[in-house]
Parts: sequence; C-alpha cells; structure tokens
Amino acid sequence: MRRVSKITAAGVATAALAFTLSACGESSTESGGGKSKGIGLAYDVGGRDDHSFNESAARGMDRAQKELGISGRDMTAKNGETEADREQRLNSLAEAGYNPVIGVGFNYSKSIEKVAKDFPNTTFAVVDSVAPGKNIDSITFGEHEGSYLAGVAAALKSKNHKVGFIGGVNNALIQKFQAGFEQGAKETDPNVEVTSEYLYANNDKGFNDPAAAKEKAKGMLDRGIDVIYTAAGLSGNGSIEAIAGQKDAWAIGVDSDQYQQPGLAKYKDHILTSVVKNVDVAVFELAKSVKDGKPLTGNHQYLLKDGGVSLSTSGGFIDDIKDKIEAAKQKVVSGQVKVKTAP
Amino acid sequence: MKTFDKNKLILAVAAPVLAIVTALVITSAIIGATGKDPFHAFQVMLDFGSKSDSQVWIINKATPYYLSALAVAIGFRMNLFNIGVDGQYRIAAFFAAVVGGALTLPGIIQIPLIILVAMAVGAIWAGIAGLLKTTRNVNEVISTIMLNAIGASVIGYLLQDGRLAEKEGNLIHTPYLPDSAHFFEIPTQPKPVYGFVVIAALAGVAYWYVLSRTRFGFDLRTVGRSESAAQASGVNVKRMVVTSMVLSGAMAGLVGMPTLLGVSYNYGTDFPTGIGFTGIAIALLGRNNPVGMALAALLWGFLERTGTQLEFEGYAQEIVGVMQGVIVLCVVIAYEVVRRYGLKAQQRKVGEELAAQARKSDKAEVSA
Repeated sequence: MRRVSKITAAGVATAALAFTLSACGESSTESGGGKSKGIGLAYDVGGRDDHSFNESAARGMDRAQKELGISGRDMTAKNGETEADREQRLNSLAEAGYNPVIGVGFNYSKSIEKVAKDFPNTTFAVVDSVAPGKNIDSITFGEHEGSYLAGVAAALKSKNHKVGFIGGVNNALIQKFQAGFEQGAKETDPNVEVTSEYLYANNDKGFNDPAAAKEKAKGMLDRGIDVIYTAAGLSGNGSIEAIAGQKDAWAIGVDSDQYQQPGLAKYKDHILTSVVKNVDVAVFELAKSVKDGKPLTGNHQYLLKDGGVSLSTSGGFIDDIKDKIEAAKQKVVSGQVKVKTAP
Repeated sequence: MKTFDKNKLILAVAAPVLAIVTALVITSAIIGATGKDPFHAFQVMLDFGSKSDSQVWIINKATPYYLSALAVAIGFRMNLFNIGVDGQYRIAAFFAAVVGGALTLPGIIQIPLIILVAMAVGAIWAGIAGLLKTTRNVNEVISTIMLNAIGASVIGYLLQDGRLAEKEGNLIHTPYLPDSAHFFEIPTQPKPVYGFVVIAALAGVAYWYVLSRTRFGFDLRTVGRSESAAQASGVNVKRMVVTSMVLSGAMAGLVGMPTLLGVSYNYGTDFPTGIGFTGIAIALLGRNNPVGMALAALLWGFLERTGTQLEFEGYAQEIVGVMQGVIVLCVVIAYEVVRRYGLKAQQRKVGEELAAQARKSDKAEVSA
C-alpha cells in the first residue's frame, strides 16, 4: 500500500501542482505600475564590469543619468539562460515602470519582441539584433567595418606576419568581427597569415570565460602569432592578460576602449588599440528620445561613417600608422572597399 | 515495537528539517554579511514566488529539470555517474529538431516521432559511454564529460548556415517545426503551462515502477549496491551497465523536448545549456526519489524565479546560486548525520537490551 501511495504522489506532485496552484492567486503583473523610472538595462552574460560590450552600454546609462537627470536600473544575465529567464528580466524592468527597457545583446531579440507586445506604452530596444515591433528600437553596429581597421593595424604591426583572431562564440555576430579582421589584414599585407579560432562552438559561456581565452591566446603566442584580436566580451580579459605576459606581443581590444579600462590598467602597455562599438551613444540617444517624448523605433545602424564604430588611439601605439588607417577608413566609408560580413 | 516506529518516523522527518533550517541559517548569515536584511529577502521571495504567473513560470522551468534529474538518478541508482546528461539532451534535441523541421506530418505522428528521435539519439550518445566502460573499462565520468564536449562540437559544426541550420538576424537555428509539431498547452492565467509537464509526470511514474516493481529494477539496484554480489546471484553486470546508460540517455533525450516542442520550435544558438548539470544537483537533493526530485525541481525553479526579483530589490544576483549550493550540501550532510545518529541509537538500544538480558540471566543464576 505504501508503494501505491508513492505512485500516486509521484504523478500528483508534478501534475496537480500544475493544475491547481497556477489557477489561484494574484499575478505579479497586476501589482505595481507608476510612471517612468528611467532606463532599464538588461545585460548579456559578463555583466556591467566586463570592460567591454556591457560596460559600453552601462556608460550610456551613466551619461544619461548625469546629463538628462534620469535614473536607471541594470540587471545581468547568468550563464546558460533560457528564454523564460530573459523574458522575466525584461518583464520585471518594464513592470516596475522603467522606460526605455534595453536588452544588451542579440540573445534578447526574441524575448524583447514578446515582452514589448505586453507593454505597448514602453519603448524597448535590442542591441545587435533586429526585432520587429512598433515600440522596438533595433540597434545594430558595423562591427565588420571596425574590425577591418583592426586587421589593417594588426598586419602593419605584426613582426612575424602572423596575426590571430579569438572569437567568444562561433555565431553570426562574431563571424562579422572575424570576416572584417581577416579582410583588413589580408588586403594590407598579402603575406600575412591569419589564424581565427573560437572558444566555444555554440555556448554563450564563451563571453564569460577568461580562463579559456587565456589558454587560447597562449597557444597562439606559442605559434609565433604576435598580434591577437579578441572579440569575446568578458573573456577578452583573459587573452589580454596572456598577451601582456609576452614581450612584443599586442592585444587588440573590443567594444570599449580597453586601454582606458581601470581593471585592465596592468596590461595596458600591450593594448595596441580597441575596436570601439559605441553602444553608449545608442543607449544615450534612445534615452534622450524617450525623455523628449519622441521615442526612436525601427532599425538604427551605427556604422563607421557615423562614428558608430571606431578604432581607439589611446596609448599612442598606432600613431605611427595613423595615415594608413585613416586611408583605409576613407576607403570603407566611401564604399570603395566593401567589407564582408561573413568569413 | 511502537516506540521503535516512532523513532524511525522522527528520524525520517529530522533530515529534511535539519537541512532546511541549516540552509536558512547559513543563507541568512551570508545575506547579512553582504549588509542586507535577510528576512526582507525571504519575504520578497515568498511574495513574488507565490504569484500566479510565478507559479506557471516555476512549473515550466521545473519540467526539464525534473526530466534531467530522472536521467541522472537512473545512473545513480546503479552507482554510475552519468555526468553527460548535458551533452545527451543537447545532441538529442538538435537531431530531433532537424528531423522535425524537415518533415510535415500530422501532429499525432510528428510529435511522437520527434520525441522518439530525441530518445534514440540520447540513448546512443550515452550508450557509447556504457560500451566504453564495459569493453575498454573507461570510467563513465571521464567518457560522458568528454562526450559532452564532442557533442557540443558536432552541434557547432552542423549548426551553421548552409549545413543544417538557417540564419535569422544574428541567431542561427534549425528550420522551424511545422505547427502540427507544437505540443499542447494547459490554459492557465495569465500564461499557459506547457503540456510536457504531463509527460514529465508519466516519466516519474515509469521511473518509480521500473526501478521498484520489476525484476530489472531489482537487478539494477543490486548492481548499484554491490557488483560482485549481483554477479554471484546471476546478474549480467556488463549488460546492466550498458542498459542503464542507454535508459539514462533516453530519459536525457526528453530534457530538451519541453523547450523544443513548447517554446522555441527550433534548436538554435540560444537553446538552453547546462540543464544536465542542474539535474545532478536536483537528483542529489531529491535523493533519487521520484517525489523528492519533483519537489527539488520545483524548489529550484522557485529559487531561480525569485532570484531575479531579489536582484531587482538590490540583492546580489549570486545569492540564489549560493542558496542552491548551500541547500544541496545541507541535504547531503543532514541525511548522512541523521543516518549515523540513527545507526548509533540502534546500536545503543541493542546493547542495552543485551545488557538487560545478561543481568537477568545473572540474577537467575544467583537465585538458583
């Protein structure tokens, strides 16, 4: 008999809970409300202090707080998240009255699309992806164009004529970085050997695993590669650390000007330049538009020509090749050079 | 006899209570150490976690966790540590998505077909580890975790635009399943509960029945307790190893199905990862018991649901991860402590009874 009661319990425990419990009680979306509280920022894995992608978005929020006097709130994604986690995060922000609500990273595209429908009076934005919806601002960047310039700089600076690319995750977005970098390097120096490798084939942990990037960079250095461009969010810190351990090796940073990052100050003498992605500008512009009552929606591309992406010069390590980089930039801006978006 | 039963009951209740109290005390201390009010945190969790949409969310989240825990538990009962559930469910879901996306059949055929493909692929992937163990004596912990990496690479290779996947913006995923392959939903307010929870419950019943009510289950548990004893009593241990790995893998194949058939309808770069490892924690927490694991999976869902809310209230996001770890440790330790205490109490009791008997016979001799 005891066993039989166990059977019933096994089934009932899961199923009954589903049927009975969920029908009763107040929904969390029914309690709350109020007027706009400022920017709601939902980061990708790595969080605010990744010295890279997320931090760039955070800077936009900080600037909006200072210059527009609006407040803000940020939340961070965990490794191995599901759609449900992302939806909940966006929901919490929209629910609490934050406007605009911004998903930093293309992983948010589906969840933004869904949640935006439930909050028609809030403006949503997704960075690095295009999501359809009346109240959604889709912010994308010309990463391939910025990476092209990084390739030019790498080819000019490499003594061994060997340059490397490390991507966090082998997905369409990071392939844009790879394609631009490879093209830029090859078109500058036909003899250059470009090695491109990824940390993970399809796990977003690749943006949050500095140890893996460190190993990858060490392997490249051992093969004589002396300029390494890492597009891997927080993981990039690991490869910069490894590169800084070797004389005459250069790291190229990504998304934020990593030379200026206090957290990376120890290694800054090895940070040649960074491909800056001005997520902060996009975030600030959106917050401003919402504050002015004319929220931006639709697709907004931030390319090389309008300063959406750029190559940083802090440290002065690329001053000697400034002219060549400027020339390459003009070619891209004028359309004379078409940068590929996939390798 | 009656008092003995009462003691046993107290011991059975003591372990979970001890675990919960200890976990609460430790997490309160940790939250306190970060300079926040722990009682407010618990209140936020209870308030938010009991909202109706939270309940739906928790059940939907717990469904794959429960299936994953079942897959791990099958191995545990046999003393096999299948750490590769993670790779098994992902490669299973991937191929199921590929097959499902390529065919358009009536739902009544399409859905079972997708599920069967997933179970078969999961079973094969785990079966490799089983075969390696029996033929080459490779430890299953090593082989399954390496198969995780191989599985991820296989998926990474095939999940490219032009191979088995297509591109949608920056997301790459397998073709969408046809509408006929969408699993039913249980209409609750404000969001529906995924129908796969029914399959999960059935899987729980099947797990209980096969392990406790069949000869096969008995053999499996015997091998788990003592391989040599099982061999001596005529159980083919090697076959049991392969069979249980295959079963564990087939169960793992189901883990990705609630997501595939109920949420994403494709396998893409954003498909959830890591559920296999969560399953290990839940199997430990639920002590391989079908009901225990269901409760543990729901608890896990509850903690994750309320964790985001805690972050919203200004608590550190990591606090939930700490809680989960503390709870698992507390449960494992509490059960061991209570088991040892029970053993000691029993020994003392037997000792006392023997002493009393000896005294009695002494008296009898003296008076004689």
